[in-house]
Amino acid sequence: MERSPAARLLLRLTTAAILLFIYLPIVLIVVYAFNTNRVPTWPPAGFTLEWFGRAAQSSEIRASLSLSIQAAIGATLVALVLGTLAAFAVHRFSFFGRETVSFLVILPIALPGIVTGIALATAFKTIGVQFGLLTIVVAHATFCVVTVYNNAIARLRRTSRSLEEASMDLGADTWQTLRHVTFPSLRTALLAGGLLAFALSFDEIIVTLLVAGPQQTLPIWIFNNYLRPNQAPVVNVVALLAIALSVIPVYLASRISSEAAGVPR
Amino acid sequence: MAVEPVTSLSGRMPDQAPESLRRPVSAQAAETAVRLEAVRKVFGETEAVAGIDLEIADGEFFSMLGPSGSGKTTTLRMIAGFERPTSGRILLHGRDVTGVPPFDRDVNTVFQDYALFPHMNVSENVGYGLMVRRVDRAERDRRVTEALRMVRLAGFGRRKPSQLSGGQRQRVALARALVNRPRVLLLDEPLGALDLKLREEMQIELKVIQQQVGITFIYVTHDQEEALTMSDRLAVFSEGRIEQVGSPADVYERPTTPFVAGFVGTSNLLRGDVARAVIGSEGTFTVRPEKIRMTDPDTAAGDDELFAMGEIRDVIYLGSDTRYVVALDAGGELVVTQQNLETSSMEVLEARGRAVRLAWKRRHVLALEGGPSAGEEEARRNP
Ligand SMILES: Nc1ncnc2c1ncn2[C@@H]1O[C@H](COP(=O)(O)OP(=O)(O)O)[C@@H](O)[C@H]1O
Ligand SMILES: [Mg+2]
Repeated sequence: MERSPAARLLLRLTTAAILLFIYLPIVLIVVYAFNTNRVPTWPPAGFTLEWFGRAAQSSEIRASLSLSIQAAIGATLVALVLGTLAAFAVHRFSFFGRETVSFLVILPIALPGIVTGIALATAFKTIGVQFGLLTIVVAHATFCVVTVYNNAIARLRRTSRSLEEASMDLGADTWQTLRHVTFPSLRTALLAGGLLAFALSFDEIIVTLLVAGPQQTLPIWIFNNYLRPNQAPVVNVVALLAIALSVIPVYLASRISSEAAGVPR
Repeated sequence: MAVEPVTSLSGRMPDQAPESLRRPVSAQAAETAVRLEAVRKVFGETEAVAGIDLEIADGEFFSMLGPSGSGKTTTLRMIAGFERPTSGRILLHGRDVTGVPPFDRDVNTVFQDYALFPHMNVSENVGYGLMVRRVDRAERDRRVTEALRMVRLAGFGRRKPSQLSGGQRQRVALARALVNRPRVLLLDEPLGALDLKLREEMQIELKVIQQQVGITFIYVTHDQEEALTMSDRLAVFSEGRIEQVGSPADVYERPTTPFVAGFVGTSNLLRGDVARAVIGSEGTFTVRPEKIRMTDPDTAAGDDELFAMGEIRDVIYLGSDTRYVVALDAGGELVVTQQNLETSSMEVLEARGRAVRLAWKRRHVLALEGGPSAGEEEARRNP
């Protein structure tokens, strides 16, 4: 499509403005993490790595980072198992209410976090579970399942049914077919879904606040500390860490997905 | 890794089938390999296969020919074990396998879309059946190498299916099935995705391989020429039923129903008033286009000949032959093919509109069972 030079310029400016609007605040956080000045001021007074040292020495930060990682790994593993099973069930068997099940599996990602959080907190209290790592893992798993399920079912639908038939035709029973044909073709989809689940869990705060009890995940620690003026630069350092730990998995997942899509079947 | 050079067609013919791929010749030559008894398959409202009986002999190259949707694939899938018949029985070498899963049948399939495992290389694909049956490594490697050599893909073992051309994938699919030495090989339109030239080469090659390994081939196709040239016998399918079973010559020269006459070759039906005027009796008759002699209107007909007068309506120049569509004075039309012995394309094309006399031997007129022809059925289905 041909566009006039003026229109093209306008389009570029708009795009630049939008990207600036989204990323400038994040850049600001990154810059302030290296700022010698304790209060955020522009321009930065000088360069320092002091805040990184402080953050590394804080046992509170180390504990919350460790909790966040444990919770994310736990939620991802639960999501991988349940998401894969759900995808197989919905894809393979036609049963009454199959579409409904599919919808119900996806729904948690759309439900308001605050509602999910209150509901789960109430449920945990009712059955008398101690709030802590376990409740965080279960709560996160409810929405992490979605990414695994979506990736797995998309792959199952794209994989030709005749591959499984070919396997059986060549003498493989149901179990051998699952192991040698179905599962390997699902592998990259599960990897991508798992990485997304990890990122989703790692930066979740609303549901987490309601089910974490006295524990602090990394986002909760940030939330509790960013208003304290003397903590500001350390908060920025932790935020930088949080960005890295959620962006890297998402980036890897999108790489894996596009590679898998690029390979002709 | 040696890559086999592509040479001429004759140079590319498969070598003698290696010993391990050949089936021992059975004592009774005409043993029945596959037997279908009143097999029916219904999907919801659709009756895909409407009750067929069929016997296929051991070592036969048997084709299932019919238009799309006539139930060929469903029949093949029931023999393979992917679909269970709604009713009826399937026997493989005398054993009732009606409820037996695919992995317990001595049958292998070459799928229309090849269904090669994308995450395995060519060797792993071909060796898959041996691997899941726990054939030991050395034996497996030896047989995979032999099978790949037979389909002329020696040296391609390390490639992924995505790095192969359509024709090469087709050969891998064939090797993957043959390496298991099945007693029956099922092929569902295996050449459908190939271009014409490759298709013709593969037709010859498949036939040669079949003769070498001596395995029963059941070959599904909608291409009548393919079925006629490759098969020992064929079955013509229509709407879930078998219209006729016989050798290619039988089916072509002596079609028993209007559907077969129309689907295999050009129908050239004479019926009603036209039949009465030209043949002199009631019924539906057919004459093959190449059996008709086309002459000047005033040439005399022979004693044993029937004739009809008409006018050339259309001329289709086919290189070695020309096809004429002649509108009969008595009504209806006949298609006539004539070899281009001395005529050139210019002369042939000028023939349009000319009055002619068509004559053919009495014995080339075939009486058909009643019922609509393939063409009419087509028209009824897609008005
Ligand atoms: N799994 C299925 N579910 C529903 N209908 C089917 C299924 N498989 C085949 N059919 C129907 O059965 C009929 C015969 O199909 P098929 O055996 O594939 O014919 P062909 O191979 O001769 O083209 C068609 O009308 C087709 O739509
Ligand atoms: Mg078919």
